[in-house]
Amino acid sequence: MTVKLLAEFVDGETLRSALVRVRSTGHAALDAFTPYPIEGLDERLGQERPRIRLAMLVGGLASAAFAYGLQWYSAVIDYPINSGGRPLNSWQVFLLVPFEVGIFAAALAGVLAFLWSCRLPRLHDALFEIPGFERATQDRYFLLTASEISPNDLRAVLTGAGAVAVTELRSP
Amino acid sequence: MSEVLAAKAPPAHRWISSERADDLAITQAVADPLFTGFGKRWWLALLVTLPFVLWLFIAVVWLFYRGIGIWGVNSTIVWGVAIANYVWWIGIGNAGTLISAMLLLTRQRWRASINRFAEAMTLFAVAIAGLMPIIHLGRPLYAYWLAPYPNTMALWPQWRSALVWDFWAIVSYLLFSILFWYVSLIPDLATMRDRTPHRAGQLLYGAFALGWRGSAREWTRLKILHTTMAALGVPLVCSVHSIVGLDFAASLMPGWQESIFPPYFVVGAMYSGFAMVVVLAATIRWGLSLQAIITSRHFDVMARILLMASIVMFYSYATEWFMGWYGGEHAEREVVRFEFTGTYAPLYWALLACNCLIPQLLWWPFARRSLLMLIPIAIAINIGMWLERILIVWNTLSRGYMPSLWRAFHFTFWDWSFLIAPLGLFAFLFLVFMRLVPSVSMFDMRKLAHEEAAA
Repeated sequence: MTVKLLAEFVDGETLRSALVRVRSTGHAALDAFTPYPIEGLDERLGQERPRIRLAMLVGGLASAAFAYGLQWYSAVIDYPINSGGRPLNSWQVFLLVPFEVGIFAAALAGVLAFLWSCRLPRLHDALFEIPGFERATQDRYFLLTASEISPNDLRAVLTGAGAVAVTELRSP
Repeated sequence: MSEVLAAKAPPAHRWISSERADDLAITQAVADPLFTGFGKRWWLALLVTLPFVLWLFIAVVWLFYRGIGIWGVNSTIVWGVAIANYVWWIGIGNAGTLISAMLLLTRQRWRASINRFAEAMTLFAVAIAGLMPIIHLGRPLYAYWLAPYPNTMALWPQWRSALVWDFWAIVSYLLFSILFWYVSLIPDLATMRDRTPHRAGQLLYGAFALGWRGSAREWTRLKILHTTMAALGVPLVCSVHSIVGLDFAASLMPGWQESIFPPYFVVGAMYSGFAMVVVLAATIRWGLSLQAIITSRHFDVMARILLMASIVMFYSYATEWFMGWYGGEHAEREVVRFEFTGTYAPLYWALLACNCLIPQLLWWPFARRSLLMLIPIAIAINIGMWLERILIVWNTLSRGYMPSLWRAFHFTFWDWSFLIAPLGLFAFLFLVFMRLVPSVSMFDMRKLAHEEAAA
């Protein structure tokens, strides 16, 4: 049975070295919770690169194309009007609206992709039950680890690496 | 001065003027005033702004009832204070996103102290700016005709019109700014959720924090999203004010057909916006006792940007004069002559003094670091920029091609109302923001403190 342990550290450096030790002793490091973004932590945890930018590109281009299509349809097909002899499909100025709309749509797609890939919004999480975890957003650094075979050994590794508290995470 | 984070002179670190600023001290300094309240000063300030909010409300109701004839506009000078306000407010709005996005992309770490409220400034300023064209419409109840939707009249918007571009630019920009601001706010909302002693606060901040835990996974994704949005935000900001510039550049009136307008408007926007950020930064620094986080170095670098923008503005004005003369068109030359010697000449000279002359004081380091010097300069720049916007409207419309139509604009009480009262609304919204949301990005400050080895 897999046992999940959450270790609390007082600073990011200790957490980083603890992560290395957990890895080298054959246990799994699942995630880290820190009050500010620590460079490179996600790579050390072996997390895959997200594809938020792709979603933004697709969302932005699709919306821009839609906006252009709408202008083209209304100005050329549905409501052609001769405005000072300009061509019906005045594509040069028709690019302005798609640009503005496209950027907003890209941002919106990015936010949605971000929420989706982080599983947000989340009403509750098992970690919120753990006393002291509220300091993860203030001044404490947490490492979530898991062990298949020897949870006691993992606990010893974490304590040895400088954890001030190690709590077992009970799955609901 | 904050008790947990005491400022020290000379500054101990480059961007934090306190010996030690650990995670907890930063959190306390920024978040705790929001739980204890700001005391009398805040309530007094709110009380002062309320009459202005009421005044604006009355002015808008009266305008909707009587029509735009209550202003000094006439059949020659068809644009007036509302349009100048629109350009001015959206200019201020632009700077927030520009500061935040551009400084993020260029890795100017000092932005951590100012980006949050600069972005809030954007939201409120753009919202006020967006009201102005609607107020100016004359028949505001038809404002929604700008949007394309299937209707019984079988009509579509005129996509070749600069005013339709405006609509899309403002709407896209406002929504984008809200997203950009909110995304970087989520981690701080989680801090508020975890720190607040009140149940209502936990629920409210908790709902907006979306269940943020600060995991490495979340931080990576947030960073990617935020930097990508910043990269998109810079061209968006430039395009928004360029489109505002096109309202004037894509016309046939003398003085309103210059291809320099879009970039000139963008620099002008950044200029007035940075000046406003200086004023707000000084207010927040004093009001929330954040001397340790918003240091005199911050004001120094912002003042340098103001100085640079002032030089570029002067260059733009000079280009405008030169092109008016070099183009050889009589009407164009007449507009330039009218600027310097005509009805509004005193205002024009005041504009040049405020935008080009007074900011030259910032060449001296003591002027950049002394708030007593910097704040009046920043206010002068904002006045100068407003004069610039109104004079672009007035000078051209007062001196068109047809001399029989030459007239002057005369301020009425309601012009003053729409000039002054929105400032009160802005202050009101900003005070509410300061009270509810951390004005300084706490996680960015923690990161900065660790990088500066102050933690």
